Amino acid sequence: MNDAGQLADGIRTVLREHARLAIDPDGLDDQADLYQAGLTSHASVNLMLALEDRFEIEFPERMLRRGAFSSIAAIRSAIEELTGVDA
Amino acid sequence: MAPDPRFLEAARAYRDELVAAGLLIPTGVPGVMGRGGEFEDTLDRVDALVTRFGASDGATVMRFPPILNKLTFEKSEYLKSFPQLAGTVHSFNGDDAAHRALLHGVEAGTDWARDLPSTDVVLTPAACYPVYPAVAGVLPANGRIVDVLSFCFRHEPSDDPARLQAFRQREHVRIASPEQVASWRNTWFERADQFTAALQLDARVEVANDPFFGRGGKLLVVNQRDQQLKFEVVAPIASSEWPTAIISLNYHQDHFGHLFGITTDDGATAHTSCIGFGLERITLALYRKHGFARERWPDGTRKVLGL
Repeated sequence: MNDAGQLADGIRTVLREHARLAIDPDGLDDQADLYQAGLTSHASVNLMLALEDRFEIEFPERMLRRGAFSSIAAIRSAIEELTGVDA
Repeated sequence: MAPDPRFLEAARAYRDELVAAGLLIPTGVPGVMGRGGEFEDTLDRVDALVTRFGASDGATVMRFPPILNKLTFEKSEYLKSFPQLAGTVHSFNGDDAAHRALLHGVEAGTDWARDLPSTDVVLTPAACYPVYPAVAGVLPANGRIVDVLSFCFRHEPSDDPARLQAFRQREHVRIASPEQVASWRNTWFERADQFTAALQLDARVEVANDPFFGRGGKLLVVNQRDQQLKFEVVAPIASSEWPTAIISLNYHQDHFGHLFGITTDDGATAHTSCIGFGLERITLALYRKHGFARERWPDGTRKVLGL
């Protein structure tokens, strides 16, 4: 599995534990809209904090936007930008 | 966000006018005001008007003291969102030696309250908080509508007479399916408009956000505004340029339903929404708009208030 795949798996794990989605993250396409899948405002804060813990990052203020957490792909690209991983 | 210095200047000047007119009574603490007899009478009439606007809903009336079960407070996750506004209640439970130390601290001017352990209660931050545990479980098919009124506490000392640390919120709370909540919100949008029109206030509706704390709070603010979860009806109090929120309409989605285990009759997590009428603020907006001589208020305004 490549880095991008591992990263997406890690994101799915965090989603499963913290995002309280209406559906299992394993059944979600990378591009699927997480808000459509039931991600609420308060859950998105839990998700953000859990992602920071797991990937040892801190989302800068410019990323504290709704779009940054709108899909697995969006989260992955934010994490890649912050960790300098070029997948 | 800190208010504009010109706003604060106008707010202080208006506060002084309200005090000179006997409408408000200073206590020495910013944002903690006594209310004069006429102010209170006007406020009661505003409250009665809210009752009339919501009367056809047959809401369940609940009244709670201005203190909240600490466990409810913890469960509500208030501290995640607004730690800076919270007020907790502490009390002495020591022996004679501890009592002497306490009195010594008072005399020496030290922070004696720091050593007092917390009690089982906190100050109520919003009138609707005690409602959610009271309606936990499975809702009837039509959901529920609850009518509450409470003094609320927010730790935000200010010279603005409209930003009190302790104030009354009259609320209607809808606990139901997302569709039922949406329809209820639309009804109250219209009613809020009619309410301010009846009082002849220069009010308008704005998309708003709560003062969520910290980095997580920034995300909550963006989410709240993007999804238009909070609206405020604003009207001039201290300033026309910077009007003050007098009514707020809040949609919590499934936040409280999830935290307190409230479900609709088909087993889904209930959604909740509330409309809060800031009784002091509406009263202040009336004095701002129509002047301190209540007998000279417009006939229409006097009539709906029963004056």
